[in-house]
Amino acid sequence: MTTTMSSTLRGQRLPRWAVPAIGVAALVVTAALLAGLGTWSTAAFVVLAGVLFAVAVTGASFALEGARQARDRLATTAVSTAFLLAMAPLVSIAIFTVSRGINRLDGDFLTRSMFLISPSGPGGGAYHAIMGSLLITAITAVLAVPLGILTAVYLVEYGEGRRLARAVSFFVDVMTGVPSIVAGLFIYAFWIMALGFQQSGLAGALSLVILMLPVVVRATEEMLKLVPQELREASYALGIPKWRTIAKVVLPTALGGIVTGVMLGVARAMGETAPLLLLVGTQVRINFNPFGFSDTEANPISTLPTYIYSQLTSATGNTDSPAFDRAWAAALVLIIIIMLLNLLARFVARFSKARG
Amino acid sequence: MAELPESTATEEPIGIHVVPGRVDSRAVAADIAGSDGAAVDGAATRTRPAPAVAPPGAPPGPPPEPGPSPEPGGGIAGARSTRRGDAVFRGLSTSAGLTVLGIMAAIAAFLIYQSIPALRANDANFFTTRDWFPDPSTAGGPSVFGIAALLFHTVVTSVIAMVLAVPVAVGIALFITYYAPRRLAAALGYIVDLLAAVPSIVFGLWGLFFLAPNLTGVAELLDRWLGWTVVFDYRPDSIPTNKSDFTAGLVLAIMILPIVSALAREVFRQVPNANVEGALALGATRWEMIRMSVLPFGKAGVVSAAILGLGRALGETLAVTLILSSAYNLSFHVLEDGGITFASNIALKYNEAGGVGTGALIASGMVLFVLTLAVNSTSQYLLRRQLKD
Repeated sequence: MTTTMSSTLRGQRLPRWAVPAIGVAALVVTAALLAGLGTWSTAAFVVLAGVLFAVAVTGASFALEGARQARDRLATTAVSTAFLLAMAPLVSIAIFTVSRGINRLDGDFLTRSMFLISPSGPGGGAYHAIMGSLLITAITAVLAVPLGILTAVYLVEYGEGRRLARAVSFFVDVMTGVPSIVAGLFIYAFWIMALGFQQSGLAGALSLVILMLPVVVRATEEMLKLVPQELREASYALGIPKWRTIAKVVLPTALGGIVTGVMLGVARAMGETAPLLLLVGTQVRINFNPFGFSDTEANPISTLPTYIYSQLTSATGNTDSPAFDRAWAAALVLIIIIMLLNLLARFVARFSKARG
Repeated sequence: MAELPESTATEEPIGIHVVPGRVDSRAVAADIAGSDGAAVDGAATRTRPAPAVAPPGAPPGPPPEPGPSPEPGGGIAGARSTRRGDAVFRGLSTSAGLTVLGIMAAIAAFLIYQSIPALRANDANFFTTRDWFPDPSTAGGPSVFGIAALLFHTVVTSVIAMVLAVPVAVGIALFITYYAPRRLAAALGYIVDLLAAVPSIVFGLWGLFFLAPNLTGVAELLDRWLGWTVVFDYRPDSIPTNKSDFTAGLVLAIMILPIVSALAREVFRQVPNANVEGALALGATRWEMIRMSVLPFGKAGVVSAAILGLGRALGETLAVTLILSSAYNLSFHVLEDGGITFASNIALKYNEAGGVGTGALIASGMVLFVLTLAVNSTSQYLLRRQLKD
């Protein structure tokens, strides 16, 4: 239909095809312009085409629809641009990491350690780092999850309105913002300086607990709040004590959401680098013993983030070095593991929605 | 809270902390059950039939009660184990809550305790010195270190990040809540959240090897138009590598984008529907509706989201460490190489630090802790005040 036709009730509108048409025109004109000037650059092309599009749409709207509609169109363009702006780095990181990481991502890389491999020489793999990451993250989860869930139970079921609960809730949120390096320094000051132990996997896990705890608490708390009050009341009405109501009715109902929160927390802990550099160190061999801490001998375990860092240090800025390829391959593996955890978390959330 | 799954929060706006209308029913339910705190004691003296009913009426599965499992009809024994179970569970969860407070207190205590000797040994002013030589080169030599350069570059990179990220994040939040098709909104939100799943070190790699080499054009452009401000002066001595505050700030902006936008989304979703629909019914365009009913409502929330993003950017370590060239200097030219932050200084120097050096790094970590604590507390305070209304 021709929407440019004037009506007595509605003002003139731009036809539906006008916006896409202006978009195509902006691209063509910009391409022609840049080709004519002979200075091609993708960034300039995108920016110029975007500006041209915004000006053209707003101008056309102003001429045909009036100032108010023109402002609305400009806002729509701006808001959509913001979203595209966020997509650009995500896509860029994905493409860049995959294209660099794929060079060395093979069976060898996933099954071999760096033992007896020259730091900047070819070969080797990240098996020890992958296992180290999984191990340390598992210890972190074992420590942080019960603590986090109990804290959330306190906040939702016992603390309602109390001053202590308000303080805990506040500091859980503040804890979310504790920088990872500060968490690392704290464990360093406490575990290594005050108690006199050396580097070990356990020390790293302790610092990751500080980073993972608030994520678990927040997610669990949200889920517990979603559990219908009627369920609790029904349980109370049967004479079931509060603690069994929580353990048998409230927590199982919220389980899906809690698992999701735990996985997001695990994903966050897995990507952390700074505290592990301080507290766990790096090593070239497979080490499955995170608890072997002593005050005489360091017991470092490589993890994926610290592996990336140490490979990058070995490459010393030389992008042709095998160490450089290993760093990117490890980055790809790390991203894949974290993405899988995230997807799994979403899947659990969707799957268990019927219960919540 | 920022990573909460979309799907759970689409139907109704969920207060982050306060769900209205729950307290009353809770109190009533607790009274009926007679198991809430002090009420337990009173209930136990009352003759109530509940314990006799409880064990058979309990959900399936073996009862995880401490002590011998109560036989049906064991009235008094049942009441006692109930009371003990409640007390144990309550004690456990309360102490978990206290642990959170304990950890925060311990962080402050240990950082202060371990930094005092180094601060005593410092021969220079901790706050104004621009050098970092804590370990004397010769025995008995001077120990000189201060955080002036660290503080400057930490704040500059974070402020750049906040200035760049906040408008985009607000745009994303508006796009997802009011522009995107309903069915797509959750998926789009999830895609933005994926940015938060990228590890910090990967951001560093990407920033160093992809972004920095491609920023020369932008730097020259900024220099041409804003060079007169001195801040944007761009006169690279040799080959431009863009290992600068600006590049680091840009990467930080991308890193805090999902956090700020998730919080802004949360706030925009709580705008009362009546306001939105009222504006639209009066003939407002979508933008007018947003300007008149969404933005005024969400202003405080957006401010606190921005501050939260700033707090995140302040403490980011590995991305900044990789991107900035490791010069310990204080330079106002944000486009030129150089700069060092609290976090990157610690990551670079912990390895070769001696006794005083380690203490000095911990002292700088304590300043960072206080800084982020102040910033995050402000953000939380504003957010809570906003959500309470």
